[in-house]
Amino acid sequence: MALTGLDIYKQLPKENCKECGLPTCLAFAMKVASGQVGLEECPRLTDDARGELDEASAPPQRLVTIGPDPDPVQIGQETVLFRHDEKFHHPPAVALTVSDSLDESALGDLCTEFKALEFTRVGETLRPTMVALINDSGSADTMSAAAQMLHSALSVPMVLLSDKIDALSAAATGPLSGARPLLMCTGEASADDLAALAKQAGAPICVAGDAETVADRVEALGKLEVKDVVISPGRTSTAEALQFLTQTRRAALKSKFRPLGCPVLVLADGDDKVAGMLDACAFVCKYAGVVVSNAWDGHLLVPILTTRQNIYTDPQKPVQVEPKLYEIGEVTPQSPLLVTTNFSLSYYSVEAEVETARIPCYILAVDTEGTSVLTGWAADKFNPETITNALTANNAGDKVEHHTVIIPGHVAVISASLAEESGWKVLVGPKEATGIGPYLKSDWNAL
Amino acid sequence: MTIPDTSEKWASSINEVTIGATAEDGGTRTSTVTLGGAKALPFLSFEGSPGRPTAIAVEIWDGGAEAWPDQLKDAYGDVLSSPGEWAKKAVEFGAEMICLRLMSAHPDAGDRSPEQCAETVKEVLQAVGVPLIVWGCGVDEKDNETLPAVSAAAKGENCLLGTAREKNYRTLVAVCQADKHKLLAESPLDINIAKQVNILCTDAGFPLEDMVVFPTTGALGYGIEYVYSIQERGRLAGLGGDKLLAQPVLCDVGYEAWRAKEAKAPPFACVTDETRNEWGIMWEAATAAVLLQSGVELLVLRHPKAIEYIKQTLARFTQAAPA
Repeated sequence: MALTGLDIYKQLPKENCKECGLPTCLAFAMKVASGQVGLEECPRLTDDARGELDEASAPPQRLVTIGPDPDPVQIGQETVLFRHDEKFHHPPAVALTVSDSLDESALGDLCTEFKALEFTRVGETLRPTMVALINDSGSADTMSAAAQMLHSALSVPMVLLSDKIDALSAAATGPLSGARPLLMCTGEASADDLAALAKQAGAPICVAGDAETVADRVEALGKLEVKDVVISPGRTSTAEALQFLTQTRRAALKSKFRPLGCPVLVLADGDDKVAGMLDACAFVCKYAGVVVSNAWDGHLLVPILTTRQNIYTDPQKPVQVEPKLYEIGEVTPQSPLLVTTNFSLSYYSVEAEVETARIPCYILAVDTEGTSVLTGWAADKFNPETITNALTANNAGDKVEHHTVIIPGHVAVISASLAEESGWKVLVGPKEATGIGPYLKSDWNAL
Repeated sequence: MTIPDTSEKWASSINEVTIGATAEDGGTRTSTVTLGGAKALPFLSFEGSPGRPTAIAVEIWDGGAEAWPDQLKDAYGDVLSSPGEWAKKAVEFGAEMICLRLMSAHPDAGDRSPEQCAETVKEVLQAVGVPLIVWGCGVDEKDNETLPAVSAAAKGENCLLGTAREKNYRTLVAVCQADKHKLLAESPLDINIAKQVNILCTDAGFPLEDMVVFPTTGALGYGIEYVYSIQERGRLAGLGGDKLLAQPVLCDVGYEAWRAKEAKAPPFACVTDETRNEWGIMWEAATAAVLLQSGVELLVLRHPKAIEYIKQTLARFTQAAPA
């Protein structure tokens, strides 16, 4: 039975010390009750109180930490089923598969390749999170050697998959000692064996099977005091994996069913790499915590990473670009200057159209606190004053000779007052970004 | 261990809408497509009927396709200047419906007359037996001249005509009603406007049950999260009993995905000559795979390989047994 905020508050020191980052003990209690914050954030809680509250107040889905300090990855502790209800908190770790049967030079090449997998999109660098080392060789020594090599070359969080518990143990207590790899035994293993492995290695464990099976396993491991557990539908159909993801997330959040309150690992590394990529995109949308993938090629990996970037943005917080004067293409003092807002979707819509039109342009992104053109205008954040200030602050007058701005058609109404305020010539452009190409080719060229 | 029953009990379902009419129903189509019927969230067969499988329409233009990216032009070859031939090719590639976009009706892109547009529609109807979606050029005044002519020319064929928008719906509603077509209602990424357009169309006498909605699509990396959440909210409300959000949803995936620079000219160092042409196909298919999770009845696609991948993906998402 989940505790209410007041139940928790009663056990707190009530000193309002703010050390948890929240203004009052009551606010902290409320956050703990809703599963957004763990009790461990309160540094002054007495051990007695902690004992009483711990079990009942744990977030409905556990937070699991994988990988070496200082940059481990954390997954789980999600609080909602739908991103519009709040947001998704911990983006899934994308783990690229490596076979331990590769020779040393092939492993070295993969490490080089892995480091090169960096993609800048919308001002953010996207990269895969982890390596998933698979014990294809069947040999514990070979797996350890490969783990050693990957760890020293990359030092990223790792998943180890083997059907032999000894191979996992050798790698996790040997070369990966202290590196907290996620350990997934794909063969038979008793709860006692797995618990011993987890304790020896100080690492999280992944258990696989249908929902009933994994619930039993999580419960058994819990009794053996192993709590850092990730669950997985294992190697199954895409449809079953999708259903497992929703069923376990609902059981954890809606029914507060602890045995399924763990983040989920899914396998999307089949022989058909395109199918794997498309499944991975779906799994990212629907609650995966770790996606094991063989998308080593950019055209397969970038869609997965972009899906993660998009789905894990905070829907309550508009994504903004830096408000400044952008130069698109080989601009000259004769290039057109388009004005839009710093709402990233507005800005990137304009940018995409300018790039498509292949006409070099300046784009002035006015700071509207991340609101769109019409919203910014309605809230008086996108007006003659703010546009004029942005022109001045970015020395736009020194960059273009024509002293002409093109404003979005939706705010045609401000053209006269903007001309007066700024002293620039104001042209009214198209209402939608899609009209920019034709506008530049016809209207602007006709000037 | 017994685990909790996590099935949601939904009060309602997504409307079923049939597009196309065979000879039996007064048309000339050789097949029809029925959309909708879902009584559960997408791909969760444990909680209720998923309804009809998501249908795949393929987009063709009546002109202006020279502006399409080379990857698409190469895939279709020399049919792009002939809507009839293009439609046939699209059916070979797996189209269950044709989505004909009357681009050259646009005053800035050819300004073809309503009569010429109607001829194109007839040409496509003659060329293929699958049902037709006809999409105006989006300029209010011009759509209001073009779509009535199109509607009359396709009378009896039970097409899906669009789009009806908040500021321009009356003409289209009237002709769809008169000529017995289905109506595609468009709203700009706003669930309240989506409901408002549906209210306006029903107030003008059009039955909600004969509508398909287009809540505006954004590609992966270009606002897909807004589309995703609006469609997800709409789906939850529709299943929950809100009749104004129980219409089948159309996603305009090909059009949006191929505007992305990752699709046309991926700006990354790892792009090689061998993989360059794969990016657009992946972008289109991934956009579709993501949106499918939010609840989609009708996908409009472009590239033949994306069509193939998405058909396989739909099978994987719905088949419980390993393939």
